Amino acid sequence: MGVAHGMGHSVKRKEDARFLRGRGNYIDDIKLPGMLWLDIVRSPLAHAKIVNINKEKALATPGVAAVITGADLVPYKLEWMPTLMSDRQMVLPVDTVMYYAQEVAAVIATSRYAAADGVAAVEVDYEPLEPVLDPKKALLPDSPVIRFDREEKSNRIWHWEAGDRQGTDAAFKGSDVVVAEDIYIPRIHVASIETCGCVASWDPMEGHLTLYMTTQAPHAIRTVVALVTGHLGLHEHKIRVVSPDIGGGFGGKVPVYPGYVLAVAASVLTGKPVKWIEDRSENLQADSFARDYHIHAELAAQKDGKLNALRMGVVADHGAFDSAANPSKFPAGLFSICTGSYDIKTAFTEVDGVYTNKPPGGIAYRCSFRVTEAVHAVERMMDVLAQKLKMDPADLRALNFIRPEQFPYKSAFGWEYDSGNYQGALDKAKQIIGYDDLRKEQAEKRARGELMGIGLSTFTEIVGAGPSHTFDILGIKMFDSAEIRVHPTGRVIARFGTKSQGQGHETTYAQIIAQELGIPEEHIAVEEGDTDTAPYGLGTYASRSTPTAGAAGAMAARKIREKARKIAAHLLEANEADLEWETGKFFVKGVPSRSKTIQEIAFAAYTNHPQGMEAGLEAVDYYDPPNLTFPFGAYICVVDIDRGTGEVKIHRFVAVDDCGNIINPMIVDGQIHGGLTMGMAPALLEEIVYDENGVNLTGTFMDYLLPTAMETPKWELDKTTTPSPHHPFGAKGVGESATVGAPPAIANAVVDALSHLGVTNMDIPLTPQKVWAVLKEKGAAL
Amino acid sequence: MTQKITINLNGADVTAEVEPRLLLVHFIREVANLTGTHIGCDTTSCGACSVVLDGKAVKSCTLFAVQADGRRIMTVEGLVTGGQLHPIQEGFHEKHGLQCGFCTPGMMMTSYAFLQNHAHASEEEIRWAISGNLCRCTGYVNIVEAIKYADAKLHAPAAGGA
Repeated sequence: MGVAHGMGHSVKRKEDARFLRGRGNYIDDIKLPGMLWLDIVRSPLAHAKIVNINKEKALATPGVAAVITGADLVPYKLEWMPTLMSDRQMVLPVDTVMYYAQEVAAVIATSRYAAADGVAAVEVDYEPLEPVLDPKKALLPDSPVIRFDREEKSNRIWHWEAGDRQGTDAAFKGSDVVVAEDIYIPRIHVASIETCGCVASWDPMEGHLTLYMTTQAPHAIRTVVALVTGHLGLHEHKIRVVSPDIGGGFGGKVPVYPGYVLAVAASVLTGKPVKWIEDRSENLQADSFARDYHIHAELAAQKDGKLNALRMGVVADHGAFDSAANPSKFPAGLFSICTGSYDIKTAFTEVDGVYTNKPPGGIAYRCSFRVTEAVHAVERMMDVLAQKLKMDPADLRALNFIRPEQFPYKSAFGWEYDSGNYQGALDKAKQIIGYDDLRKEQAEKRARGELMGIGLSTFTEIVGAGPSHTFDILGIKMFDSAEIRVHPTGRVIARFGTKSQGQGHETTYAQIIAQELGIPEEHIAVEEGDTDTAPYGLGTYASRSTPTAGAAGAMAARKIREKARKIAAHLLEANEADLEWETGKFFVKGVPSRSKTIQEIAFAAYTNHPQGMEAGLEAVDYYDPPNLTFPFGAYICVVDIDRGTGEVKIHRFVAVDDCGNIINPMIVDGQIHGGLTMGMAPALLEEIVYDENGVNLTGTFMDYLLPTAMETPKWELDKTTTPSPHHPFGAKGVGESATVGAPPAIANAVVDALSHLGVTNMDIPLTPQKVWAVLKEKGAAL
Repeated sequence: MTQKITINLNGADVTAEVEPRLLLVHFIREVANLTGTHIGCDTTSCGACSVVLDGKAVKSCTLFAVQADGRRIMTVEGLVTGGQLHPIQEGFHEKHGLQCGFCTPGMMMTSYAFLQNHAHASEEEIRWAISGNLCRCTGYVNIVEAIKYADAKLHAPAAGGA
């Protein structure tokens, strides 16, 4: 018999076995008999009328089976599709293209190469229109209105505000010190190494659709497909969505892209399976983007540094359609976490969502919806205030932290923070990095003319979407689910409504069950991603798997344990109340030798259960969390800046994270390593750039720079542990903390290195060109 | 117009009539049905398609299949011998050097070729060696550890020696 390794064990991953041998099953590995390929004609212009589409040459190309245009979709009412944000998005344009690289037509052919030949042969005549690219100008009265299909003749999608406007204004007036900065957080792209794709397989005889798809939320997709195609006779019991192995998600595989819908339509049209796989340029140019927030941030404080109030206004560029993957009830997601880890009594924020001629934005980039933007703004502003007050930024933070005894803490925007010890994490980070010595070293270097900076970020996250009072998808509450079946021999199959994209669910979910039932994790098979077998769930993003599905796993296991207690009482001829549980077995109080193992009980559940009791040992749980969870951390970054080139080099980076109780420390550290690297990426390297015509200039990995092993420093990790009081096993979720916390630590370090030159703020990414320009302006360039 | 080519893949000859424009990675994945080699970028930037061609790591999205005619290629499927994981595979498992697994085959093949020619490599040398392979999940820390693990195992002093 094996041993059960529950919480806190660095169990090696079960899923590695297939990945190490090249036996993963990713979307492009799926090959069905008779399968056709779909490729997409894309717009070379950001805004244009379609004058004519000529399919003739494409249809005459060897191997091409069909060409689909927007006009072809109109009879089926499929040219538009609804978005999560109560907006709609074009599947294919009928007469107007809205952004560069937008889908214009689809070519279906017998091979990948023939489909590409067909794409090259489709002739489209365009009449250019003026593109609207600057979201601030888009709000001016004389701006062209780009969404011709809406009744409201404005580029403003929505206006949203939270907090106390008057109270905040008054608090600002009554404060000794006010600081303000414009902070732009640019458009970036998750760029998982696997792009998006699908294989749609329509069975005309059964009227059944199987959709293999790179999706982080297969069940929600099934419902969406049913809602979009119900009028054509395709209903939810005839749709199977399978999310195979996913080569990285990070939020980019939450939305429904036109390519998926086109593959389904093409399969129905041809009666054959149809595969669509994006190439990298399509992925970088047309899939949903993150960020693109123009923030005006202000803090008001007393002269001793005690914070009085916070105010933030945002213009949010959402592109041509509001198809943000944001299931919260607020259009700006969780941006109102922007009071951060600080006890700020009065706050106000307002956000305007704006249409521009760019691809739809507003997905997360490895974070909950708009948390990174909020954290970046408040963490940056804490340093701006410290600089103004000539205080050490660590001391200013210490003065303003929400203290441990204040939890559960109600923020000025109404969030109830579950637990935290922010000073504890900061103290640990300062001690590890040797903060006081670093400040001395910095002063010495500065005297020698060298540029060294120290940056802090003491962030709180808000994850685990989410409680049904705050979240839903098309009205569906954002619970998640687990179904556990214990077989007669004590072996287990467990299925969940989430979908791993590398997080290691097959291992960690098994550990949760091992913890609760004492069954060795190697005896537990975990499955996700097939809507025909897994219980309904809302998927994996927003660090929600452990807070929701993981919790459901524990709750389902506890239901099983309660039934097991009844069976054990029957087998031991004892009273249920006289039985005690010890990992893996029930025993009679005071008589440890009279015991039954969970395996013996499992066998009895099918062979010798009490009369009147149903056979079997199974349970399902749908867990709607009572609150979000609030993981946090204290990061300290040390940078050196090259005065000759402007290059920023991360010299050290200490990350102290607190994600509550940990299931698998090895996997948690892996998540933090990856998250820090994806936090460094937009801080130093990544930005999606458009030219004045709205053409994407960063459409390949030669222009959109992902960190390599050379730029990535050796991260130094540590932890504090503050369990979540409302989660069944005290966990909080960890996948995104580092992506949220790292960028301001790096930006603060760079500004700190230049603060003596009068620099108060710099926008990310802090590229050598950008830093060198500041050095030059300040007379500090070599 | 097609051309008949034979490529030795993991020790076995695969012969097919192919278009001259067929990329090597598509030959490996779709003609030979070895889907462990992945495609991530089409511009020789990400390395997910890395294979070992006559002992050297190459990016198979930037070679035509016809260029590999008559040559020997090793892919991730060729790493296991006699049912045993190669030390590089063992290292990735032991050191948690993979998460989603998509970059992993290319990363391992680059590491494999590197360790054929380097023993007791420094951290800097290892990072340089894999700098043409992108990973979005791991932050590279544990990949470097995995390669060090394999390096130590492959280049351990022989029993009784030293």
